[in-house]
Amino acid sequence: MSDAQEIAVHPREAPSGFLRKYVFSADHKVIGKQYYFLALFSVLIGMTLSWLMRIHVVWPNAHLWGLGRLSPTGAPGGLMTPEYYLSLVTIHGTIMVFFVLTTAPQSGFGNYFLPIQLGAEEMAFPRLNMLSFWVTLAALLVLLSSFFIAGGPPLSGWTAYPPLSALGKIAGPGEGAGQTLWIVSIALFCVGALLSSINFIATTLDLRARGMKLMRMPLTSWGWFITAILSLLSFTVLLAAGVMLLLDRSAGTSFFIPGGLIVSDKVITGHSGGSPLLWQHLFWFFGHPEVYIAILPGMGITSHILSCFSRKPVFGYKAMVYASLAIGAMGFMVWGHHMFVSGMNPYSGFAFSVLTMAIAVPSAIKTFNWLGTMWGGRLRLTTAMLFAIGFFSMFVSGGLSGIFLGQAPVDVQLHATYFVVGHFHLVMGVAAVFGIFAGTYFWFPKMFGRMMNETLGKIHFVITFVGAYCIFMPMYYLGLEGNVRRYSEFVDQFMKPLMPIHEFMTVAALVTGAAQLIFLFNLFWSMAKGRQAEDNPWEATTLEWTIPSPAPFGNFGGRLPAVHRGAYEYSVPGAARDYIMQDAPAAASAA
Amino acid sequence: MALLIAAIVTLITLVTVGLFWAHAGWLPVDISAHGPAMDHQIILTLIIAGIIFVLAQLGLALFVWKYRERRDGRKAAYSTGNSRLEMLWTTAAAVVFIGLNLLGYRVWARMYFTGPQPGAMQIEVQGQQFAWYFRYPGPDGKFGPTHVDKVDDATGNFFGLDRVHDPDSRDDIVTATLGIPVDRPIELILRSQDVGHGFFVRELRLHQDLVPGMLIPVHFTATDEALRHQGGRYEIVCTQLCGMGHYKMRAFLQVMTEQNFGNWLQSQAAAQ
Repeated sequence: MSDAQEIAVHPREAPSGFLRKYVFSADHKVIGKQYYFLALFSVLIGMTLSWLMRIHVVWPNAHLWGLGRLSPTGAPGGLMTPEYYLSLVTIHGTIMVFFVLTTAPQSGFGNYFLPIQLGAEEMAFPRLNMLSFWVTLAALLVLLSSFFIAGGPPLSGWTAYPPLSALGKIAGPGEGAGQTLWIVSIALFCVGALLSSINFIATTLDLRARGMKLMRMPLTSWGWFITAILSLLSFTVLLAAGVMLLLDRSAGTSFFIPGGLIVSDKVITGHSGGSPLLWQHLFWFFGHPEVYIAILPGMGITSHILSCFSRKPVFGYKAMVYASLAIGAMGFMVWGHHMFVSGMNPYSGFAFSVLTMAIAVPSAIKTFNWLGTMWGGRLRLTTAMLFAIGFFSMFVSGGLSGIFLGQAPVDVQLHATYFVVGHFHLVMGVAAVFGIFAGTYFWFPKMFGRMMNETLGKIHFVITFVGAYCIFMPMYYLGLEGNVRRYSEFVDQFMKPLMPIHEFMTVAALVTGAAQLIFLFNLFWSMAKGRQAEDNPWEATTLEWTIPSPAPFGNFGGRLPAVHRGAYEYSVPGAARDYIMQDAPAAASAA
Repeated sequence: MALLIAAIVTLITLVTVGLFWAHAGWLPVDISAHGPAMDHQIILTLIIAGIIFVLAQLGLALFVWKYRERRDGRKAAYSTGNSRLEMLWTTAAAVVFIGLNLLGYRVWARMYFTGPQPGAMQIEVQGQQFAWYFRYPGPDGKFGPTHVDKVDDATGNFFGLDRVHDPDSRDDIVTATLGIPVDRPIELILRSQDVGHGFFVRELRLHQDLVPGMLIPVHFTATDEALRHQGGRYEIVCTQLCGMGHYKMRAFLQVMTEQNFGNWLQSQAAAQ
């Protein structure tokens, strides 16, 4: 227990005027919402692209309405060309990884709730925060602009391996200006993410309320904090790599381009000595921590929600913190498992393989502890809880395939097949999205002052849960069969018999995608018409539930709270209620 | 709601496991000498992952059902953890995951740490947008040098050979099919002319990227099993995104008896 005292502060003046209040706002809550809606807009685009891709894969002769207008050359008459398919692959991956999975759980929820959960009025650098968002928005607009230029978006995938991405338009449609825009977009995104990560780290280290020791922080705050550190260390490398790639394309450098290449019957002159593998090392030095950047906030949200709705403390809170730290640290030592068959030294491959299997241990600890949290609990199956349960299920189903791909000799057979697509979609895509949904249903009352409709929420959950399994689980079977990914059509004899599975997955994707309209309706309808939310509708313990709903400007109304206990004091024996707020003094918890 | 969720999770678990079981792991036929060890590792991983998958998912279903909130006034058990239990499952996870990896070490070592057996037949594999070409050294056993400025797809000089001035190039044989004799160690030397490509023959359990600027060796031996299926003919596909025609960049591996291979190579040499 702590004897920390609440302190009064000079109340900050709320901004007035529409522009300063809602657009160019430095308020962390407005910025959090801006990031959230940016991610929502992005996910709708990303999902639509995946629909188009899935339709093309199973019905390659389908004329897609409207696509011909968007890209007369990429889809003449609505009939998608193979190169346009690859452009969609690129933009789908880029949007989903950067503008959805990195943005919503970290920058969206993190911006909104980190200061409140820590007992602060604001982020450490409010204007820097605003700048982060606007740079990120610019990055998104630059990326999307590639749809409207000659050649269209790049076709080199979200990993943009050179020399394909470094040679310019001679390497294929979209590799001219489209690829340049992609690099500029990613570089801008890196800048936004770096500014944001500095803010998160400073806020966590400097602005915690009295009594909010590190080991009292909610696991959500731990997730955002560790993710910010990962962002700081990994986006710097991606930014540098992006600049180097840009220089190779435009300034005649040869970081990634070796000499003696012949492309489209032309000898590439002016380059020599570059290493395509250097890009892969730099990219995956970012790329693997990025997986944890996407999932760590979701892990925090899941822990937070499972504890609240099981009415139990998090099982092994310290182990969860140490496991997150271990995942964060080891996440920088395993990038080579993306490169087992790349031509990298096989001894390195073996070392990366051992380290990769070792990183499965802290993930397993988390999984056990989530079950431990539910064990003996009194589970309230709210929609938020269902999505947290769904996160657990998806994380297990996606994570376990990681022990195949983490073993170098097994990866030889499965690399670049649909097995990999199933793996990362379940473990960092669907699981992370379930974390976002869980967070949305859980924190909506605090963000918008109203409740979401639980019946619609549960229908949304059931369809999405079953649908996600129907889309991604068959990918494991396809991968074991050797079905290669990133093919716009399957012309190979051994892949043709697999088409019925692809058709099943496509129908599942269309149905599951359409079911998201239920969520969208619930989200926007509830903002206007939902039942008024109480301050603490879920009977939760952390500081965001001690303030009015929606959270007011300045958060704590001219005071800074004092924290007296850990974040998950549920069902404490002898307590008057089955939850004790973090700011409740020792005397108040009994009686 | 608890019953519905528990039922859905259970059903998904059983269907998933059932489909793996019914199709014997979904692996294609194996035609390589190193393949059985690799398949053994895949199946072992499948079994271990399958057990953890079933336990975790059914555990979830059970907990959702058993610990659902009821109107019986029962309170949640208060527990902040159990250090002994956590140590137990941390150790168990470490032993299983790292142990599994070490078991697979030999397969990896056999493929990559050791070179090909002495006397292995060398074949060069060239990937280019969007085709594969193969080069045999001919009777002199030597590959002639390649010249970027001599490459001319129109005349079939895909490797840039100077057959007039380079004596080692004169008997080199360039083909569009990868023909190999059964039971003979083969060493492939992979090279790319333009962008990255990936060489994958699923039945051969062989997968290796081609990186521009690098010569990457891989080795294998095709077993008798290769002749028992599909007339010894298997598809070679590209697995590294290489541009607009990536999906149709393919060729064939033709496994033959020693005698048939000799005849085939002779006919290919005559066509140069």
